[in-house]
Amino acid sequence: MPGPRPNRSVKLDREQKAKARQSLKRLFKDIFTRYPVQIIAVVILIFVSVLCNVQGTMFMQVLIDDYITPMIKDVAAGRTADFSPLLGAIIRVMSFYIVGIIATYVYNLIMIYVAQGMMKSIRDRMFVHMEDLPIRYFDSHAHGDIMSLYTNDIDTLRQMISQSMPQIISASITVVSVLVSMFILSVPLTIVTLLMVGVMLFATTKLAGLSGKYFVEQQNAIADVNGNVEEMMQGQKVVKVFNHEEEAIANFEKLNDRLCESSAKANTYANVLGPVNAQLGNVSYVMVTVIGGVMALAGVTGLTLGKLASFMSFNKSFSMPINQVSQQLNFIIMAMAGAGRIYALLDEEPETDDGYVTLVNANAAVDGTVTEADHKTGVWAWKHFHKADGTTTYRKLTGDMVMDDVNFGYVPEKEVLHHVSLYANAGQKIAFVGATGAGKTTITNLLNRFYDVEDGKIRYDGININKIKKADLRRSLGIVLQDTHLFTGTIAENIRYGRLDASDEDVKAAAKLANADGFIRRLPQGYDTVIKGDGANLSMGQRQLLAIARVAIADPPVLILDEATSSIDTRTEKIVQDGMDKLMRGRTTFIIAHRLSTIRNSDCIMVLDQGRIIERGSHEDLMQQGGKYYQLYTGKIVNA
Amino acid sequence: MRTIFKNVKGYWAATIATPIFMLLEVCTDMIIPLLMASIVDQGVNKGDMHHIYVYGAFMLIAAAFGLFNGIMGGKYGAVASAGLAKNLRSAEFQKIQTYSFANIDKFSPSSLITRLTTDVTNVQNAWQQVLRMGMRAPASIILAMVLSYRVSPKLANIYLYAIIFLVAVMAVLMPVTAKLFDKVFKKYDALNESVEENVSAIRVVKAYVREDYEKKKFTRANQDIYRSFLKVEKLLVMMMPLMTAVVYACILLLSWNGAHLIVGGSLTTGELLQLLAYCMNILMSLMMFAMVIMMIFMSSASIKRIGEVIGEEPTITDPADPVMEVPDGRVDFDHVNFSYNNTGSGESVLNDIDLHVKSGETIGIIGGTGSAKTSLVSLIPRLYDVSAGTVKVGGIDTRKYSVEKLRDAVSVVLQNNVLFSGTIYDNLRWGDKNATDEECRRAAHLACADEFIDRFPDGYNTRISQGGTNVSGGQRQRLCIARALLKKPKVLILDDSTSAVDTNTDAKIRKAFREEIPGTTKFIIAQRVSSVMDADRIIVMDDGKISGIGTHEELLESNAIYRDVYESQTGAGNGDFDEKGDE
Repeated sequence: MPGPRPNRSVKLDREQKAKARQSLKRLFKDIFTRYPVQIIAVVILIFVSVLCNVQGTMFMQVLIDDYITPMIKDVAAGRTADFSPLLGAIIRVMSFYIVGIIATYVYNLIMIYVAQGMMKSIRDRMFVHMEDLPIRYFDSHAHGDIMSLYTNDIDTLRQMISQSMPQIISASITVVSVLVSMFILSVPLTIVTLLMVGVMLFATTKLAGLSGKYFVEQQNAIADVNGNVEEMMQGQKVVKVFNHEEEAIANFEKLNDRLCESSAKANTYANVLGPVNAQLGNVSYVMVTVIGGVMALAGVTGLTLGKLASFMSFNKSFSMPINQVSQQLNFIIMAMAGAGRIYALLDEEPETDDGYVTLVNANAAVDGTVTEADHKTGVWAWKHFHKADGTTTYRKLTGDMVMDDVNFGYVPEKEVLHHVSLYANAGQKIAFVGATGAGKTTITNLLNRFYDVEDGKIRYDGININKIKKADLRRSLGIVLQDTHLFTGTIAENIRYGRLDASDEDVKAAAKLANADGFIRRLPQGYDTVIKGDGANLSMGQRQLLAIARVAIADPPVLILDEATSSIDTRTEKIVQDGMDKLMRGRTTFIIAHRLSTIRNSDCIMVLDQGRIIERGSHEDLMQQGGKYYQLYTGKIVNA
Repeated sequence: MRTIFKNVKGYWAATIATPIFMLLEVCTDMIIPLLMASIVDQGVNKGDMHHIYVYGAFMLIAAAFGLFNGIMGGKYGAVASAGLAKNLRSAEFQKIQTYSFANIDKFSPSSLITRLTTDVTNVQNAWQQVLRMGMRAPASIILAMVLSYRVSPKLANIYLYAIIFLVAVMAVLMPVTAKLFDKVFKKYDALNESVEENVSAIRVVKAYVREDYEKKKFTRANQDIYRSFLKVEKLLVMMMPLMTAVVYACILLLSWNGAHLIVGGSLTTGELLQLLAYCMNILMSLMMFAMVIMMIFMSSASIKRIGEVIGEEPTITDPADPVMEVPDGRVDFDHVNFSYNNTGSGESVLNDIDLHVKSGETIGIIGGTGSAKTSLVSLIPRLYDVSAGTVKVGGIDTRKYSVEKLRDAVSVVLQNNVLFSGTIYDNLRWGDKNATDEECRRAAHLACADEFIDRFPDGYNTRISQGGTNVSGGQRQRLCIARALLKKPKVLILDDSTSAVDTNTDAKIRKAFREEIPGTTKFIIAQRVSSVMDADRIIVMDDGKISGIGTHEELLESNAIYRDVYESQTGAGNGDFDEKGDE
């Protein structure tokens, strides 16, 4: 399997570089703490394998000088050549080779476990950590960027751990041991070789720099082409209705030509690197041969023909690792950047939860006392431990909700809710209306603590929601959003998402309540129909019905419906609305809707404008007031 | 493969030159060991310094020659493959521009994007490898073999066995690993999809407190992938030691047999060194060749996908002798049936539509999702072709017009509308590229877009970002209407184009239409009854049929569906909806 080509050269400024280097250090530390024995074993095995390899190369000298030349002399002197010492030598070398091969195999095998294990552990850590991050993180980071951590960035790490790391270890050991061997064989020739290596390194850096420059240019050109393609493909139908094909082509060709040019240049320099180094290697080889030949003939420094042969092999095996390392450099730079981004995710503060009030099953006696139960009773209570006097009290969950003078902003500079106060008695239906950006959704974000209030208090059954354990708070709130999100899996599994231990009967009952049972049964595989790609194979209305069934099975005492029906047409809405009405019975409900007909029967309607509640009251009250609501209503249609 | 050859055009010279230079480079690689052997045997062994100098010089010349060829090969390889990529992208893009809506529906935008970007890059990389290594590697093997046989057939046979052995191993191992890899990567994709699901549905996950559930699900899938990766990598990791073992075995056999031959006088030490040099050469080339095959294998899927785009035939083309002028804004549907052949099961979407609209009339269209409102109007500018019956504009069958002229006369504001990156002026001039600033402003005024454009600091020169994300939904819709108006169409179609515009503005736009472009036939699809209430006639669509047609008052009287929708939106009822009417 060929590895990905290093076609992405990353340019970083100094600060980023320092940070990237930090991340790399951290990554190495992580690898080492996780696999200390393995890493040490790998280093030792690489050492053994390189040593055996060097021994093998030395054999060329031994073969010619100690065996062949004497044998030729024997033959010349009329004696029969004795091959048995040679056989012994070959067997000896063979055992070296075998050890070397085994060492190579074993360290490669270990590296696979290390690399794949690291990949797995990083993926696990990333996902587990990501799940614990606050909603704020997801709202402030592009989903594409988060995804590229799991795809691109992690791939750069795999490349580095499984390929670059062992190659660099092996290359540096090879360089050192070959260098030592070369010095033993012949000092002057070693100096010649080193000089040539210097030339090679110089050429490599020069060419890599040039190719890097053009790779950056290529990256920019690719980004431009991709941007244009993305835009045009998404707008292709508009292009067609405006007969804009010619212009689109002309525009594209300009970008395409530029990409072709920079891509040709970038690849040229990358392609040239190989031959340049190879031929410089050949020149080095020639120089060693010529100089070595002269020296061997002159008999200086005791260089023999056999030693020269060995030296020539070393000369080759010296330039090879240098070549390899230079090719790995790009991968390492990319991995540094990738590791930096991955650690940035892992360093994000997770959602904190100081809540200590928990939700428990309960029995409510006739006299109003509430006691904890160890089984599902259908009655829930807040278990409240008071630190001050060490007592525990229980309060029945009713769904009473109070917001008291709440101020809030997603960013400190911009407050979006100002002095919002409201109350909802248990079982009431509270509606929010108002233009986009008036703060309707923000209120619901605060109720389930996706965000925390800055100023003011929210009380749930009289308890400050900051004291309630987040998981328990959210479990007691059911939410249906405008954008329904379904998960890959069967329809039954998606409904069961609301309550994991629900039986098949429960699932069906919930679907019936939501008016979803009908269409589900008409599907070829019924409840076992697999949903793919966020429910792309279902209509908007059907997805919404499933979302309602999902809430229904969770059976929460409080409901939040955020524009749950706004993206479906009026006739489909009727069916959905019907399901929702059944669901809302007996529950405290917060409903956001832009069609007034769906909220008219609410106990209280809040009209929001730029983060303030400007009107409140029942439908009749508000109609009488003749304010904004009256305007919206008699205008017959509400601002979306 | 045909796809590639057709798109080499303009780069044939580089395409042919690359393998030639690579072959010449191979020759150099082969000559150098030959020269080296000569230096050792004739020069060093016989003490002939002159020979060493001459052959050393030869070797330097050979290296220079090799360098030249290597550079040229690298350069032309890069040029040829970049050129191929350019031509492929260009061919795809141009072909897509000829696509009809039916063709576009067949491919999703994201699939087209992949085919134009990633797939082309894959082919480019593979093609470069094929040009540079595809010839070089086998040539290198063959040359090295021939030269080895010339030196000593007996020793060269060792290489032959080694090659046969390695090829056999690769032939067994490669398909197995390729298949395993394919499986692993599919699993990997599925894992990433589930991550994506979690990212976009994080509110659902958190609202249901399912973090731990999702974590468990992920860890399980991750563990599975870990195992699969290990399995395939364990197979793959055998390749390298195996290869080294073969090289070592060759060296040992060569040494043993070579020693015998040298002692026997039929081989020289220089020749033995030469053979050893070829040994590495052959086996490296073999690996190279295996890699090229692997790359071809991997990019073949990309080539196929690109070929599909280029090979797709546009379903709508101009007739032989097209009508170039649309006389007026009359629109007639004569017993029209229609189905999306390419996307659905061929199920009929529109059934026996018979509708006649006079020039200048305003037609409102209302109906539930899936009632085929959009399909109905799509037939007027011939975005799709009818299955049966005829659609006429200006009294002439739409299939007789030049498509371009027809669409110039029939302006559609699509439901999923898109603005493009550029200034507001740039975007408006999509409607008419020669429009003056004055004309653009007038169109914007008609669409009630001027009120917010004037508030932008840069006015009409404000830059719209990709996809129009820096303007609100209602603003985008108004800009799209202005853009369509600039065409000065005879027929104007608005497909749910004011849904995000507030009621007042919506009414103002309709008033402007009535007063400023009275001669233009207007079709207005809407969800809101108020958007169509004052139309000359309103069509109520239901399940691909016209359920009712008439004025607001007539329909309230006669059409149950219309009454239903009207009441649910205006609250004239008491919130408990009546059962659906019998139509």
